Amino acid sequence: MESNPNIKTWTPATMVMVVLIIVGISVGLYRMIYGLGATTNLNDAYPWGFWLGLDVLGGVAMAAGGFIIACAVYLFNWKKYRPIVRPAILTAFLGYLMAVLALFLDIGHPFRLWHPSIMWQYQSVMWVVAMHVIFYTTTLALEFSPMLFERLGWEKARRAVGKIMVGAVIFGVMLSTLHQSSLGAVFLISPSKMSPLWWDTKLPFHFLVSAVAMGLAMVSFETALSKKFLHHEVDKEIFTGLARGLLIVLGFYLLLKLYQLFTVASPAMAFDGSVEGNMYLLEMFLGVILPVAILAVKKYRNDLKVIFAVNIIVIIGVILNRMNVCLFSQESYGAWRGLGYSPSWKEFLVSLGVISIGVFLYKMSAKHLPLFSH
Amino acid sequence: MAINRRDFLKFSAGTGLVLATDAKVSAAREKKELSPDAVGILYDATLCIGCMSCMVNCKKANAEPGGALYHKETAGQIPYEYEGEEQKYDAPTSLSDKTLCLIKAYRGKSEKEEGEGEFSFIKQHCLHCVDPACVSACPVQALKKQPGTGIVTYDKNRCFGCRYCQVACPFGIPMYEWEKSSPSVVKCQLCNHRIAQGGYSACCEACPTGASLFGKVTDLQEEAKRRLNLKAGDTYAYPVNHIEHGKTTEQVVPEYVDHVYGLEEAGGTQYMFLAGVDFDKLGFNPKITNQVYPDLTWEYVSHVPQLIGTLLVAGTVTRLVTQRMEKKNKDNESGE
Ligand code: SF4
Ligand code: SF4
Ligand code: SF4
Repeated sequence: MESNPNIKTWTPATMVMVVLIIVGISVGLYRMIYGLGATTNLNDAYPWGFWLGLDVLGGVAMAAGGFIIACAVYLFNWKKYRPIVRPAILTAFLGYLMAVLALFLDIGHPFRLWHPSIMWQYQSVMWVVAMHVIFYTTTLALEFSPMLFERLGWEKARRAVGKIMVGAVIFGVMLSTLHQSSLGAVFLISPSKMSPLWWDTKLPFHFLVSAVAMGLAMVSFETALSKKFLHHEVDKEIFTGLARGLLIVLGFYLLLKLYQLFTVASPAMAFDGSVEGNMYLLEMFLGVILPVAILAVKKYRNDLKVIFAVNIIVIIGVILNRMNVCLFSQESYGAWRGLGYSPSWKEFLVSLGVISIGVFLYKMSAKHLPLFSH
Repeated sequence: MAINRRDFLKFSAGTGLVLATDAKVSAAREKKELSPDAVGILYDATLCIGCMSCMVNCKKANAEPGGALYHKETAGQIPYEYEGEEQKYDAPTSLSDKTLCLIKAYRGKSEKEEGEGEFSFIKQHCLHCVDPACVSACPVQALKKQPGTGIVTYDKNRCFGCRYCQVACPFGIPMYEWEKSSPSVVKCQLCNHRIAQGGYSACCEACPTGASLFGKVTDLQEEAKRRLNLKAGDTYAYPVNHIEHGKTTEQVVPEYVDHVYGLEEAGGTQYMFLAGVDFDKLGFNPKITNQVYPDLTWEYVSHVPQLIGTLLVAGTVTRLVTQRMEKKNKDNESGE
């Protein structure tokens, strides 16, 4: 198989990405040498910041498309989505790699990242999360490997993986479902710090459902991009199908959040003009209510341009949700402790670098690997 | 016999359970009881004169090998936090990676007597929860509750710096060495290193008034309740330093707020407080309840094995069903 001649390696966008990657890596090295205090604005009231909210929580949610599409194609046998199964798996793989990279920089002792694998503490959600990251990243690597083997012409290896692919998908769907919800479960222990606008005993479920929405939006979004830039033909039906799925999932999520608003929190909290309230409203209107309202109209649901725009706001909305849970929900607790947090420019640069690495690798894979050959 | 849908669901969930459940793991989380040998501190704010001897001695004692502030690289140095250029006074304003123990003062207006302000000191450090959120949160068992004494200790060689303990602790106690490239978590470990050598907490040893009193938690609980039953204005022989050492000081009994903070909070703690001023005003997060915090996450984690089993079964069944349907469709097509 040849590299895709439609994709040029050196475009201005790629150059920008390479610069961002180099800058990100440099700041990353700076962090390795001088520590977290010199690099970030983290403090004892905000031990988790931008890297965790955006790159780790956001990155993992973004990766949800992988298990959803794999599940649809391999388990539900919805053949329609077969053409996008590989890009979806690749996105998931890259999403997890980005999350692991960010985690590596975020934890105090990067080279002890492996500690949870030998020091067990099964009561800890964080341990459960760590084990899922390890297993799921491995599973994704396996699901991704056929693309590499095909390109290298390693027929035997490809067939061997092909035989266990279904097993890997079943395993991956299980891991992924649990990992998405476990990330929400991490926050169950801090009801005395978080605003009830987000804290709820059903937080794991909220995380799972919103990750599914994000996954659908992400897959549709990048398929549209590769259609446009990589000249890859895609049936319109795939987009409309994903949009319908998105409407159902987001609609359900809206009900969940409304139920929480009226039972755990109260509508007054959302409208009290506080930082938490405003962030909550922004997240809900932009990321949930607006997309549901648009997609509910059949005409829009079948309009590719509208779908593309909706995907973008859903992605932003879910990222916003993760940032809110991780940061803004603790605003009044932080204020009570007399501490605040906003990311430093070094944190921004590292995050940009990590994201650029993901996008760059995606593009290179699209050029050199049989991403769309099915 | 017809199998209805609910039975089927039960059945598949059950299969998952059998497949994946380690009986011990999924059993209800044991309620952690206070160990009869548990040690702790009773801090009586009405006795505290704000001399800060506890703070000074805490730093000294913990900068020694084995202490919570000891680092090989800075051995022999006491981590003071100076203010101003003269570098005369250790002046921390909050707990930090250099300060395990802090005395703060509260000044406020009382509602009853106009003009006359309320006043109280408060001493902050780790409360050594009976069932600590930080221990349940730590994925690598760097934080441990010692059997027997119930002291919550920290092992910096296990810790990989995820800082989930900081997120989990409702009291906001664990501090992080942000400025170091090889950082650790820092918190009071009840002078575990001194207790191991037959000593006791440095802050209590240094306290001249008995405001910080060391002892067995059960003894301290009794002592606290006894004080709440005293009549204001009477005199009482307050034990000093260590409740078992028999040293006392006579004091006039003040008007107590009728509450022992730490008896029930967060499921109970081994560091308890008495005060003459509402605890909400003394810097305790008012959103802390009597909730046993680790139960919140255990509620989820305990279901993980079942979920693994159920999801694997559900995934396999779905695949088998759709494969069979496809085969049927094909057979039908070729049959026609
Ligand atoms: S007060 Fe915080 S740090 Fe101390 S034992 Fe309890 S949860 Fe752990
Ligand atoms: S920062 Fe260290 S002590 Fe705290 S939870 Fe993470 S590994 Fe455990
Ligand atoms: S028990 Fe020891 S470490 Fe804890 S506050 Fe007192 S002196 Fe400091």
